Amino acid sequence: MNVVICVKQIPDPAAPGELDPNTNNLKRDSKLIMDDSDSYGVEMGLQLAESSGGGEVTLVSMAPNSETSGLRTALAMGAGKALLISDEALAGSDALSTAKVLAATIKKAQPDLIIAATESSDGYTGTTPVQLAEILGLPAVTFAKKISVEGSSIKVERQTEAGYDEVSCPLPAVVTVTAGVVEPRYPNFKGIMAAKSKPVEEFKVSDLGLSADEVGNTGARQVVFEVIAAEARQAGEKIVDEGEAHKDIISFLEKLKLI
Amino acid sequence: MSISKIWVLAETADSKPTSITLELLTFARGLNATVEAIGWGEGAESAAAEIGNFGATAFNVVTDVNDSLPGVPVAGAIANAVSSGNGPDLLLIGATYDGRDIAARLSAKLNLPVLTNVTGLEQSGEGIIAHHSIFGGTQIAKTKFTTDSTPQIFVVRAKTFTAEAAGGAAATVNTLTAGDLGAVNAAKIVSRHVEERSGPKLDEADVVVSGGRGLSDKANYSLIEELAKLLKGAPGASRAIVDAGWVPYSYQVGQTGKTVKPTVYLACGISGATQHLVGMKNAKNIIAINKDPEAPIFSVADLGIVGDAQKVLPKLIEELKARA
Ligand SMILES: Cc1cc2nc3c(=O)[nH]c(=O)nc-3n(C[C@H](O)[C@H](O)[C@H](O)COP(=O)(O)OP(=O)(O)OC[C@H]3O[C@@H](n4cnc5c(N)ncnc54)[C@H](O)[C@@H]3O)c2cc1C
Repeated sequence: MNVVICVKQIPDPAAPGELDPNTNNLKRDSKLIMDDSDSYGVEMGLQLAESSGGGEVTLVSMAPNSETSGLRTALAMGAGKALLISDEALAGSDALSTAKVLAATIKKAQPDLIIAATESSDGYTGTTPVQLAEILGLPAVTFAKKISVEGSSIKVERQTEAGYDEVSCPLPAVVTVTAGVVEPRYPNFKGIMAAKSKPVEEFKVSDLGLSADEVGNTGARQVVFEVIAAEARQAGEKIVDEGEAHKDIISFLEKLKLI
Repeated sequence: MSISKIWVLAETADSKPTSITLELLTFARGLNATVEAIGWGEGAESAAAEIGNFGATAFNVVTDVNDSLPGVPVAGAIANAVSSGNGPDLLLIGATYDGRDIAARLSAKLNLPVLTNVTGLEQSGEGIIAHHSIFGGTQIAKTKFTTDSTPQIFVVRAKTFTAEAAGGAAATVNTLTAGDLGAVNAAKIVSRHVEERSGPKLDEADVVVSGGRGLSDKANYSLIEELAKLLKGAPGASRAIVDAGWVPYSYQVGQTGKTVKPTVYLACGISGATQHLVGMKNAKNIIAINKDPEAPIFSVADLGIVGDAQKVLPKLIEELKARA
């Protein structure tokens, strides 16, 4: 079974994010790392490829400046190769344009299963995987907690408000993986060394049969036009517990007439 | 661009519209346009009275979703309405599992952009402006569409608006169909599993008691459940303990979990990471128990207790029991 895993390379979330004051786009010129949210999909994809008797695991990523450091992390975990789309024309792409770019790239790998995170940690848009499914004419099962392959279809436990649904879906299909549902493996030394020589094939927008005005700032049909400070909440009373602080909570709740 | 028709995605649970549905209807009816709801599922019509009560004149029900995941057929039916000239100018969708699927499918199907994670909407001379809470809620980004194509699709987070009934008559039920959508519609629900939860729903409860990694051990989460029960509230959690498997994901509060806005939120052993704060900092009152006096949670707490949650909680529970 051939698996494609979408991997976003993002600025380190531990460092405070910043917007470009001219474009209001998120600044992405620092070193990028693999989005932690994708590590679960990578793990899931590797496990499924292994348990279904092997097959290629290919990463797909759209990133500025031919960035590969996040891809190397996923390659070190065990993915076989990566397809990278990097083109100045892509700067400022909205979610739908990104989905068009990823879909055109994914087609090249002819996968049975496409895995993505439910949303990225920097943009949180959360629409790209289903948009690319629609563009590829594929079904999608979102918010997966568990995936198993049964012949030419998959069984997925999909998160719901009340619990989960068991969903059956023929392959090829797109699945989004909920963060935290598997324990991503740490790349070992051998994996890290091997990752350095694994192939990363790079594409430009023109290689994908897309026109430059469908993507990037020109293709985006939405704009961030203003950023303002949010109203800050004031901190209230702070009490050090010396064995009686529960009484302060009681009187606080009493004042609110909750007890 | 002028908005004359608004559709609000109406999700139902036990034949009742969900709270996010009512919140969106309340906002929509303030916009001086025809407000209708769009929903699906067997028995959905029984929500028509409540949907009308919150301001929708019609309830469009997609009747051929059957056992499919709703994203594809509901988006399909909306796309059919749009192509026959009966679609809305504005489509408001709650940021729920199915809502997000529907918005994304529809966006790609109609080749239209979509704005998600919306935490505020306002009408201006140039159309609808969306607010998005960014960088842990410290800043608000304002966005708008730069195309006049319709429908404009917004995916709105829960608790962005306060639901208020308008006292309207029951909505007229219309039926819509998706038709045969082929391969994209192949994901089918085989069975549904409900995780037992007693008490009020997390995102509707008046009191939310949440626990985090500071509880040290899964077994100590029972303190959270017991306190929530005594206060007739709902237990919640930080992502750290959801990831650790102490409680199901449906308990998670924050950026990638639920948004809550209770009268009081009690954070026990939670550091107050920006991604957690986004989901709860609009609570009317916040009480925090944390042993680290520098924990960021104290910057939003109305009452901060610097102390050991494992010591404070049992005493609090005992005292509440004694009063009951
Ligand atoms: C993309 C992304 C999305 C995220 N989404 C969410 C989300 O939706 N919700 C969410 O919660 N997090 C989310 N997170 C994770 C978030 O960044 C934090 O890691 C998480 O909230 C930390 O959980 P915690 O406060 O329980 O644990 P910690 O940060 O480990 O804090 C534990 C706290 O307990 C205190 N403590 C320890 N012992 C005691 C004691 N005995 N008594 C009292 N206090 C004690 C400590 O002082 C500390 O402050 C997200 C992260 C990312 C990157």
